[in-house]
Amino acid sequence: MSTHTLSVLVENKPGVLARVAALFSRRGFNIDSLAVGETEHPGVSRITIVVDVEAGSLEQVTKQLNKLIHVLKIVELEAGSSVQRELLLVKVRADAATRGQVIAAAELFKARSVDVTPDTVTFEVTGNSDKIEAFLEVLEPFGIKELVQSGTVALGRGAKSMASLSRYVSPNS
Amino acid sequence: MSTPVKAPKPGPQAAKAQPARPKAPKPAPPIGASAAPVLTGAQAVVRALEELEVEAVFGIPGGAILPAYDPLLDSEKVRHVLVRHEQGAGHAAQGYALATGKVGVCMATSGPGATNLVTPLADAHMDSIPIVAITGQVASSAIGTDAFQEADICGITMPITKHSYLVTDAEDIPRVLAEAFHVAATGRPGPVLVDIPKDILQSEAPFVWPPKMDLPGYRPTTQPHGKQIREAAALIAEAKKPVLYVGGGVVKSGAHAELLALAELTGAPVVTTLMARGAFPDSHPQHLGMPGMHGTVPAVHALQKADLLVALGARFDDRVTGKLATFAPEAKIVHVDIDPAEIGKNREADVPIVGDCKAAIAAMIEAYEDGGKERLKTWWETLDDLRGRYPLGYTDIDDGLLTPQWVIQRLGELAPADTIWTAGVGQHQMWASQFIKYETPGTFLNSGGLGTMGFAVPAAMGAKLGEMDRTVWAVDGDGCFQMTNQELATCAVEGIPIKVAVINNGNLGMVRQWQTLFYEQRYSNTNLSTHHSEASPRVPDFVKLAEALGCVGLRAETAEEVDEVIKQANAINDRPVVVDFTVGPDAMVWPMVPAGVSNDEILYARDVRPNFDDEGQI
Repeated sequence: MSTHTLSVLVENKPGVLARVAALFSRRGFNIDSLAVGETEHPGVSRITIVVDVEAGSLEQVTKQLNKLIHVLKIVELEAGSSVQRELLLVKVRADAATRGQVIAAAELFKARSVDVTPDTVTFEVTGNSDKIEAFLEVLEPFGIKELVQSGTVALGRGAKSMASLSRYVSPNS
Repeated sequence: MSTPVKAPKPGPQAAKAQPARPKAPKPAPPIGASAAPVLTGAQAVVRALEELEVEAVFGIPGGAILPAYDPLLDSEKVRHVLVRHEQGAGHAAQGYALATGKVGVCMATSGPGATNLVTPLADAHMDSIPIVAITGQVASSAIGTDAFQEADICGITMPITKHSYLVTDAEDIPRVLAEAFHVAATGRPGPVLVDIPKDILQSEAPFVWPPKMDLPGYRPTTQPHGKQIREAAALIAEAKKPVLYVGGGVVKSGAHAELLALAELTGAPVVTTLMARGAFPDSHPQHLGMPGMHGTVPAVHALQKADLLVALGARFDDRVTGKLATFAPEAKIVHVDIDPAEIGKNREADVPIVGDCKAAIAAMIEAYEDGGKERLKTWWETLDDLRGRYPLGYTDIDDGLLTPQWVIQRLGELAPADTIWTAGVGQHQMWASQFIKYETPGTFLNSGGLGTMGFAVPAAMGAKLGEMDRTVWAVDGDGCFQMTNQELATCAVEGIPIKVAVINNGNLGMVRQWQTLFYEQRYSNTNLSTHHSEASPRVPDFVKLAEALGCVGLRAETAEEVDEVIKQANAINDRPVVVDFTVGPDAMVWPMVPAGVSNDEILYARDVRPNFDDEGQI
């Protein structure tokens, strides 16, 4: 088993996310994370799915995804040749005595403080999952009260885009 | 028996053409947007069906779909067949599609009407049958409120349809229906659901035809890759033990002529799966029969020992492969399928070919350079020896009741040559596959993938409506028959004279066979009491039931009666006929590969393992 990041371009139609998610569960694949949003083309959304499977299963799930009528294109983004980012919001215990240390730690990770109370600080940080994990490890001793993480979003490196999207965008959308 | 029978409407089409890949809707003269007539959504549905050259819709009206039934009453082109249960509508649409090669259409109302279509949709999905189901939905404003007869049918059927639509604007109806038919019929065929809320059916919009289809993500590959074709042809030319493993895809793509040419060109043996019976003539000397759990010894053994399998529109289903890990261990695999996801799903392919079987086989013939038939000599000697020693057969059981295999064999021998056969699921289905001889594709329609009991009667109804001048026999079991026989009322009233042979062994026969073999003859809940005994009369009496449903009811209990009753049934063409054949409960389907074990463990009969010479076994 290994982690793979799939970037899936889909028509932005009702139910498309349900179709994609249901396909994974029906075929017995686990989704580690999923992020969906609009693209530069109206009518086209991009779903980034991180999935933990063997190579053979990955091929099968990709082929099954391709059969969905609303799926336009799928590529696997390798860690080395793509930029992968998650967003983390984390609320850490920080009183007058510890606040300085907490903020100093956060600066090492280029985290921004977005909310402060007498007992807590909330940080915003982006990065790949390794960085997020390392940041949380550093904060752990201070006491993490609450956190929320987005799914991974990813783009291939280099000048090329995932597809000449215009090929797939219908004239009337 | 004396129920007045409405004369059938003129046969929808007399063409006897073998089912070919269904065509996408033909472009008609465009109705410009400016000149487009304004129709209600309901009128648009009926008009679109007319433009799509739909001859028949099987369905039942109800609250949410009611608006669509009003303009349907006036349509001179679309015939609606009022079924008695929506499941019957779905299977009838399947039978129609399988017999004619066109898209079958069924219609139901929201909620329970729609959920009753779930089984046929799942069946069509498993067996790649092009049908379009049109369902009414509660009004847009009521969706999500648990309204009366509301069910999220798009959500429910998501995993068992090729695609589905919830229409949100009456203006979209022509496009959605054109797309639905196109998606259902092209690529790997399958079921498409179109769910239309009642208010959309009632609202008005311009009707533009032909509509512009908008399917940017749907691009089925039909033309195979030349390099892979050449590789496949080279492998066939050098193989010493090749087998052409033929699946339902060959029937769907209308590739039977190409298959015959390839088989004769290469001299390779052919096996036809349950879904492909008829794709290659049973009378052909290169045909080894059906492979799989109840396949012939030579067919099963040929797959196991082959050095090359050329899978054509087949999907390495567990009922064919047995224990996958030990299936055809020495074989290289050439796998042709129009669905890329089938290739490598169960068995890794050495030469994957994505494309339409017809095009792929034709290309292989083109690329083939004969390596000399001499190299196949030993292979054929082995297979011919097995054919000689282990032919399909059965032994009579001395229980005073009819032998089911013999009854089915006689049905096949006495029926007209172009008869269409349907079957339910179980022992009778396997015997119908084994003991009726199929020479042309599209003549044996049954539920292979899903294994839906009750498929036979409604599928026969649909097939008969599509091919009015051919004889249609449903071979059914007493268990299956009791699941869907209500459609005989439809057949009687609508003038669809099908014939039903109930192979009545008084039991759920296949389950009973497993109880005999694997559950120490503990017959838990398999006796259906449809035989006459001192303790109870027949419940139900199928002859009386047939008569109550407006059919002719006949019965054969002795060997002497069988031919006479079959001939009588074959002569009746003005109403449906049901024949109750009282057969023994102890007959079993052989050969058999028990579930989950290797195909090498095939049994020719109970406790009889074939003697494969090459293994030096006794």
